[in-house]
Amino acid sequence: MSEDKKVPAHPQMTGPSRRAILAGGAALAASLFTPKFLRAEDFPTSAINTTGLAVTDDTVTIGILHSITGTMAISETGSVQAEKLAIEQINAQGGILGRKIEYIQEDGASDWPTFAEKARKLLVNDKVASVMGCWTSASRKAVLPVFEQNNGFLYYPTFYEGLEESPNVIYTGQEATQQIIAGLDWVNKTKGAKTFYLLGSDYIWPRTSNKIARKHIENFMEGCQVVGEEYYPLGHTQFNSVINKIRLKKPDVIYAIVVGGSNVAFYKQLKAAGIDMTKEKPLLLTISVTEDEIRGIGGENIEGAYACMKYFQSLDNENNKEFVAAFKEMWGDDMVIGDVTQAAYLGPWLWKAAVEKAGSFDVDKVREASPGIEFTKAPEGYVRIHENHHLWSKTRVGLAQADGQYKVVFETEDLVEPDPFPEGYQ
Amino acid sequence: MFSGYSMSELGAIFAMQGFAGLILFSVFVLMALGLAIIFGQMGVINMAHGEFMILGAYVTYLVSNFFAEHLPGLFGIYFFIAMILAFFASGLLGMAVEWAMIRHLYKRPLDTLLATWGLSLILQQVYRSLFGAREVGVTIPDWMMGSLPVTDMIEVPINGIFVMVLAVSISLAVYFMMFRSTWGKQVRAVTQNRVMAGAVGIDTEWTDRLTFGIGCGVAGVAGAAFTMIGSTGPTAGQLYIVDTFLVVVFGGAASLLGTIASAFSISQAQSIMEFFLSGSMAKVLTLLTVVGILMVRPQGLFALKLRK
Repeated sequence: MSEDKKVPAHPQMTGPSRRAILAGGAALAASLFTPKFLRAEDFPTSAINTTGLAVTDDTVTIGILHSITGTMAISETGSVQAEKLAIEQINAQGGILGRKIEYIQEDGASDWPTFAEKARKLLVNDKVASVMGCWTSASRKAVLPVFEQNNGFLYYPTFYEGLEESPNVIYTGQEATQQIIAGLDWVNKTKGAKTFYLLGSDYIWPRTSNKIARKHIENFMEGCQVVGEEYYPLGHTQFNSVINKIRLKKPDVIYAIVVGGSNVAFYKQLKAAGIDMTKEKPLLLTISVTEDEIRGIGGENIEGAYACMKYFQSLDNENNKEFVAAFKEMWGDDMVIGDVTQAAYLGPWLWKAAVEKAGSFDVDKVREASPGIEFTKAPEGYVRIHENHHLWSKTRVGLAQADGQYKVVFETEDLVEPDPFPEGYQ
Repeated sequence: MFSGYSMSELGAIFAMQGFAGLILFSVFVLMALGLAIIFGQMGVINMAHGEFMILGAYVTYLVSNFFAEHLPGLFGIYFFIAMILAFFASGLLGMAVEWAMIRHLYKRPLDTLLATWGLSLILQQVYRSLFGAREVGVTIPDWMMGSLPVTDMIEVPINGIFVMVLAVSISLAVYFMMFRSTWGKQVRAVTQNRVMAGAVGIDTEWTDRLTFGIGCGVAGVAGAAFTMIGSTGPTAGQLYIVDTFLVVVFGGAASLLGTIASAFSISQAQSIMEFFLSGSMAKVLTLLTVVGILMVRPQGLFALKLRK
């Protein structure tokens, strides 16, 4: 993907640029009507950067740290694209405190020690003011000590298992309870589901998520029970046996957290085995398949499944329409946008808001300013940063369509509070 | 586990489970045949085997797109053409690789391991640059998806039948080429004694190249077939490589029959254990059993009798 694609500005958010003001009185007059417009001259570098970060009189440098090679490139490419879009849009509005954002992109190469090494390089050598990055929990765990030692600031986009709250990370994706509980309650209330078969790839996120799901089903949902729980190694491609087991147990709901290449195999074989998900017998509910994954699975193979996320590309609101249009204009019409891609897009915007509230790029001040930061232009609607560094956001359920998009069938009325250490679910 | 089910229900489930085992067997055979030719006959440890398979899958993807756009009327049969093209694409790439890299390493078999592993990384990145890092979706003709109801309760996946038929026909084809054709004789002669084979007038270089090419071509066909049941992405080949080596090594490297016997035993063991235990546990037990047997019988299930 080339870097020189035309960059669309966020139509309603464009403020006049610094050059325009210098150009003449008309522009100056215009700037008076946009009081939030900030000029670099008002913020001397020495005052807003006391810890030696990579901030000059007209630029600020941040890091992007994702895998663009290796297994995880499949998933992380969308995040990189969203972050670059957000950065370009912020720059088109005049940047942060009058400074344009420049980025240094490093490749984690789907290898966790490489992530740690590149994080150290970004923080120690490049002195970046913040980092947008990581995708898997394993990569986040690998960079965490580096960020805490060097007091860096990471915006982490993926929905994940929770059980973490670092002063050096803002989690823009959902932690497990935000993604799981509302979906289970919904399927129980509207579909009358009583029996659940839990299925997942064998690593920390599916296991922790299913643990929370099981606790919720057994302790908080009356008359409901788990009839099977099963894990398959990452990369497993043969699901015929488990499909037969599911037939035997006849659950109301298959709760699937299968990831990566296994995902494609699982849904193709489910369909080939004659289980028609549009009949909802059993109904399939997943928290691991976004629009991005459907591209690999094929819409016709997953039609009729339900997914529980906070964002779907098909969300019907003005913010999202602008976001989808801008994303496609920058990266191509055939792009699809999944939950994590949207969460990655929030990162630069939340950082911008926190820096402006703090009036400084210093990590300590940005951290202090972060709780309570809200972003009203979020494609998912409205989000706010909680004291625990996670986001308040809504939970939604989407029904997979043959064209690879989800139709939103449910959303929580209120924002769901993030609870990374849920009591009663451990 | 089985209380509260009627006999006919249980019978149906076991019939379908037996069939699931047979499908797994066919998948293993398809994966392993190409490697059995290359590793078994030539002694080359081809770590890039999975990437040759994925080349076949990408060829299928391209052909399906071509048919969808230009020949929608013939979409139902594109898969056969895709498999033939996949055979030639992977085969030709294999011959080129043999010429450029492998032939310099015949005397250093362990180095082929490193070289082909490097090749697999290079091929992955080439796929990533050409087709993008994301997985591509291959549209399968409608008649190949879905299932065939045998009775009220027993349903058999059509793509499973397809994979089984393919596995049987390719095994037969390889058998005839290996044991009933001149080329097969030459391959076996070169394997047994390269110098003598050369002395009696066999073009050993060409035989090697063709063998490697055919091995890779068979991998390509397997890759094309696997678009029905698995994913097509730059690193998808890695999903198959461990099982593939497991089957070939367990079967006894130089024996075609061994490969098939080992594919059968591993697939049955795994699918039965998957049904009664959990998925990860089944895998662990399968691997432990294989390691245990290989400790007692390092040459694998079937080995050629050689005078030492």
